[in-house]
Amino acid sequence: MRLVIRDNAATVADYVAEYIKERILQFEPSAERPFVIGLPTGSSPIGVYKRLVAYHRDGILSFKHVVTFNMDEYVGLPRDHPESYHSFMWEHLFKHVDIPPESVNILDGNAADLQAECERYEAKIASYGGIELFLGGIGPDGHIAFNEPGSSLQSRTRVKTLAYETIIANARFFGGDVSKVPKLALTVGVGTVMDAREVVVIITGASKAIALAKCIEEGVNHMWTVSAIQTHPRSLIACDDDATLELHVKTVRYFKSIEQVQDEMIGRENLGLYGQVAGPLRYTVIPSGN
Amino acid sequence: MPSISDPVTQFYNCRVLRGHALVEDSLYMQGGKIVDPARVFWDERRRPDVRIDCKGGIVSPGFIDVQINGAYGYDFSNDTAEIEDAVRNVSRGLLLQGCTAYCPTTVSSRPDVYRTVLPHLGPRAGSVENGAAVLGAHVEGPFISPHKKGAHELATLRTAARGLADFDACYGLENLRRHAAYVTVAPEVEGVLDAIPELIAATGVGVALGHTNATTDVVTRAHAGGAGMVTHLFNAMHAFHQRDPGLVGLLGSAGPRPFYGIICDGVHVHPHSVRIAYYAHPEGACLVTDAMSAQSLPNGRYKIGEMDVDVHGGHAYIQGTDTFAGSTATLAECVRNFIKFTGASQVEALENATLHPAQMLGIADRKGTLEHGADADVLILDAGLHVQRVFIGGVEATPDNVHVSEKKLPVS
Repeated sequence: MRLVIRDNAATVADYVAEYIKERILQFEPSAERPFVIGLPTGSSPIGVYKRLVAYHRDGILSFKHVVTFNMDEYVGLPRDHPESYHSFMWEHLFKHVDIPPESVNILDGNAADLQAECERYEAKIASYGGIELFLGGIGPDGHIAFNEPGSSLQSRTRVKTLAYETIIANARFFGGDVSKVPKLALTVGVGTVMDAREVVVIITGASKAIALAKCIEEGVNHMWTVSAIQTHPRSLIACDDDATLELHVKTVRYFKSIEQVQDEMIGRENLGLYGQVAGPLRYTVIPSGN
Repeated sequence: MPSISDPVTQFYNCRVLRGHALVEDSLYMQGGKIVDPARVFWDERRRPDVRIDCKGGIVSPGFIDVQINGAYGYDFSNDTAEIEDAVRNVSRGLLLQGCTAYCPTTVSSRPDVYRTVLPHLGPRAGSVENGAAVLGAHVEGPFISPHKKGAHELATLRTAARGLADFDACYGLENLRRHAAYVTVAPEVEGVLDAIPELIAATGVGVALGHTNATTDVVTRAHAGGAGMVTHLFNAMHAFHQRDPGLVGLLGSAGPRPFYGIICDGVHVHPHSVRIAYYAHPEGACLVTDAMSAQSLPNGRYKIGEMDVDVHGGHAYIQGTDTFAGSTATLAECVRNFIKFTGASQVEALENATLHPAQMLGIADRKGTLEHGADADVLILDAGLHVQRVFIGGVEATPDNVHVSEKKLPVS
């Protein structure tokens, strides 16, 4: 797992957007071989979507051969409701870019048979050969998608009852009226996310600090579902300084030192996207060694 | 309703007038209506077929002029024999100017004129072929005050001592019901005040107050009786007086207040007066041209109703007098003037020529708005609010597909 620490939410968004853009471009997606990405909603990814839209507007990035799978959707909320995740994705990403509508996948929370809808979704993901990169955010309790504390780390796409705290937290989006907040959601499982060939999680703000510490400094634990990332072979957490408040100083220094070494001793130009040494080293500045 | 087979057009790279703001967004239209792009995406699973680059411009609903007597040499009250030509050519000309819907306006006339003319001024849809949509006639007079007749011919003015029967005798109530959007009356004219509610009930037309010397008390009662609009505020009404502010004073009412037309050609109403009116009652402002037959034509001799009009310096006067006989302005000019006069925002100025007139006529669900489901009457304006492109019912109108024939005027 890599942990990339930036000053604030804006620079985290810069980093993640640049990263995703590079991943898509280097993948060289085509009609036969699209780039399949899992996408979140919520406050964390908004800055990333904004920057991806800018890349598209500037002609740098196309979504013609990108296929998306969203993490979750409320049950029973009209699709056109401003708080539906359909509306969120439309407003923040899809309306601005050239993605073909048939390449967009979001769980249908109004399906007659919710269980069948979840199975269909998993099968659809499988039909594309799985997800190349799953982007996520987390809740203050360390949940990813609607996989709240106690969710099986093997879980697949399914119907979930929302935790009472989540319902209360979401009431602010429904005029402060708890009774209007949907109580059920369809969500991909922790297993669905972890099956992706790469997982990228955005964690910003002091309110997520405990969750970050629990997820990376303690054991894999279903009470902090993002901790499952520890066993993933290719994972990246991008966080800001505020989110590191509960980490050990040692942890922060360790991950910062890795980037420092990469920057100062190896040189960015020698590194591939995953931080791997890309080939024979080509120094622009010869490292001094101290 | 748009059909799924209709092509979808997207305006992009623009600021769209929506929700009382200019928002960076795109606008979709399909089958002659504004449509919800999210529905197109999710339900029809398609992307726009046609994309229009607005080059950073403003996308506004088409302008609506609720008071215009004629243009291109035609006069709706005088050209009784050629009234179809008048409507066709004025509609087309206005469309190219960015005015996508209007109320052709008649000055006080004899009853036979109404029988002849009104059937041609009733509502008709806008299109590249038809020109701007006709929203029904604005029948101005003849139940107005002889003291405030303006450019109306004294001999045509009438009273309504017999109430509704006099309105019927003058216009034909059925004629009003089918063809008129609203009528302008003076409430102090005998019989008018009491007849207003009956007139509305019998015909469904709107009632505006204008060409009047009425006191505050009388106009307040007329307003309570259903007269929801003031015709060309400040013109042809007695001046504001602090103890009896009259019709102008309705803008200061603590209760419900009327919509008001105001002519922003810079001469009918002093810019200071426009500013006072606007900041007294911003939600009621409707920009009107009150244009007459010389609009879009050179200076010279013209007609309004039976009256001769001299146009010089771009202004129209009753022959041999300094009485204004309508303007020669376009609504787009009025919008730009309005900003100059009042310092109002572009949003406010545009809504005064789109949303407010539509609300005044009770058609804001489909005109004067870019909400989903509204008619796709759309303008692209540059940053200075000059009209760049015009669309009606989703089709672009250009001089190539909209043909305007000016009336051949006798050499005077």
